[in-house]
Amino acid sequence: MNIKKIQELIELMNNNNLGEIEIEQEGQKVKLKKTTAQGIIEQVVPQAAALQQPQAAAAAPAKPKEAAGNLKEVKAPMVGTFYRSPSPDSEAYVDVGKVVHKGDVLCIIEAMKIMNEVKSEFDGKIVQIPVENAEPIEFGQTLFLIEPI
Amino acid sequence: MFSKILIANRGEIALRIIRACKELGVRTVAVYSEADADSLHVRFADEAVCIGKAAPSESYLNIPSIVSAAEITDVEAIHPGYGFLAEDAHFAEICESCHLKFIGPTPENIKQMGDKMMAKDTMKKAGIPVIPGTENVIKTKEEVLKEAKKIGYPVIIKASAGGGGKGMRVCHNDVSLVGAFLTAQSEAEAAFGNPDVYMEKYINEPRHVELQILADEKGNVVHLGERDCTVQRRHQKLIEESPSVSITDKMRKEMGEEAVKGAEAAGYVGAGTIEFLVDGNNFYFMEMNTRIQVEHPVTELVTGIDLIKEQIKIATGAKLPFKQEDIKFNGCAIECRINAEDPENDFRPSPGKIEAIYKPGGPGIRLDTHVYAGYVVPPYYDSMIAKLLAHGNTRQEAIDIMLRALSEFLVEPIPTTVDFHKRVLSDSDFRSGKYSTHFIEKYFPKKEE
Repeated sequence: MNIKKIQELIELMNNNNLGEIEIEQEGQKVKLKKTTAQGIIEQVVPQAAALQQPQAAAAAPAKPKEAAGNLKEVKAPMVGTFYRSPSPDSEAYVDVGKVVHKGDVLCIIEAMKIMNEVKSEFDGKIVQIPVENAEPIEFGQTLFLIEPI
Repeated sequence: MFSKILIANRGEIALRIIRACKELGVRTVAVYSEADADSLHVRFADEAVCIGKAAPSESYLNIPSIVSAAEITDVEAIHPGYGFLAEDAHFAEICESCHLKFIGPTPENIKQMGDKMMAKDTMKKAGIPVIPGTENVIKTKEEVLKEAKKIGYPVIIKASAGGGGKGMRVCHNDVSLVGAFLTAQSEAEAAFGNPDVYMEKYINEPRHVELQILADEKGNVVHLGERDCTVQRRHQKLIEESPSVSITDKMRKEMGEEAVKGAEAAGYVGAGTIEFLVDGNNFYFMEMNTRIQVEHPVTELVTGIDLIKEQIKIATGAKLPFKQEDIKFNGCAIECRINAEDPENDFRPSPGKIEAIYKPGGPGIRLDTHVYAGYVVPPYYDSMIAKLLAHGNTRQEAIDIMLRALSEFLVEPIPTTVDFHKRVLSDSDFRSGKYSTHFIEKYFPKKEE
């Protein structure tokens, strides 16, 4: 991974209005994350080293990235743990590519032992799910990117 | 010692608690509203969780949100700071039931002392002097007239669930009494959700002197001296100092003993403050604050004891590391609360971006603040942006140090109370120590209420 490559990645990010990009190549992993106006380049880590899992909100709080174009963000209405399915052995409520309608349940946020359903506010297609199953999430965190139809 | 603590607060106190935790080797979790995303407490903490929108009800008062944040970050304890949920017994109970240690007094302490009448009753039974007043809540107009006659004018009507100067009305005669009674009730209902009011003898020109106490879970209680908080505006403290120039050494000793007795009678645990009204050579219990207070650094400077660390240690179940005879007092300390307010325009809040700031330093100065150049003071919370403290060998020296520091303190472009404090500290009445709670009015005559 050299400076030229990293510059190319930054250009890629800017041209596509991306807030975050992660590239794995030849046993090396690079993650670039934009916060406010400046970019922060995280360490280049060899594949073997355990990647430090950023906490629910990193030391520099990540602002929800600007949704590119006409994508709408579904943001967490509360603090808790994000679950993609109603129970560990059921299927996920939605997957990338699924068309959802207003009122459909998208996920569960668990807080204080209570499961809270998060429903879609509009019709659209799921384009991205930037959070992992069982990940702790904070208020306002982007859970789904939906392309309205 | 706890491995991780969540700080359920914001601003300078959140920073203060994070600092104490760092020194104790405890990891910290900050919670913040969307309006506080760029706050220092968020940056200084090891982890941070956004808990809601700007409005306090949706964030710093949002119990489910805060408890969820505690769960997902796996903390062992929560420090509530002051204000917000610090004296919310319900929150303290929820923490207990979720196996989160609430760093503060017990829910029972909070309930008992939160009810101003019950608190007074507890203290009276322990033999502590209290202000003459009604034993019970006043329910009717007939009662209020009867009680006023018994106590003797002037009287003050106060909200039972109150504080911060709200729901209070002074009356000098029967004519204004009934109207004041009804207004106080509705104000109390609006501010505290409880219209209960009681009555006390009104002491004109009182001094407000409070005693800091620390109590561990094993029943050991010490006091850490007094703070004189007489300089207030509309019942909001502006300047605090220790020791107090309005009490004699004899009174100091007695008040300390009474404060300890009071805390023991209440079965109190943690850091707390017993407020007294001083009228000449008499002192009367007014109320007890069941939290760490804004002005706690004044006591830290004269005793050398870190109150936040002691709070945390008490919460682990540890015994107090000192006895009363170990507490030594050194010099004089003054605190000026610097607010983002415009003294030229009735102290109206002046939120906005701080473009430039020069913070005072040098010997004898302590500054507790969360603001920095580029920081936007949000309009949603209280207006205090810094606590400036001076510590000298004598009161005079402390005042001189404070004046010097205030002259260095530059904040632009938002108006602040820095210059106002300069004028107060230059005032001859203040310097001589002869002033009462009405002192500030001569600078800013109160509009007739």
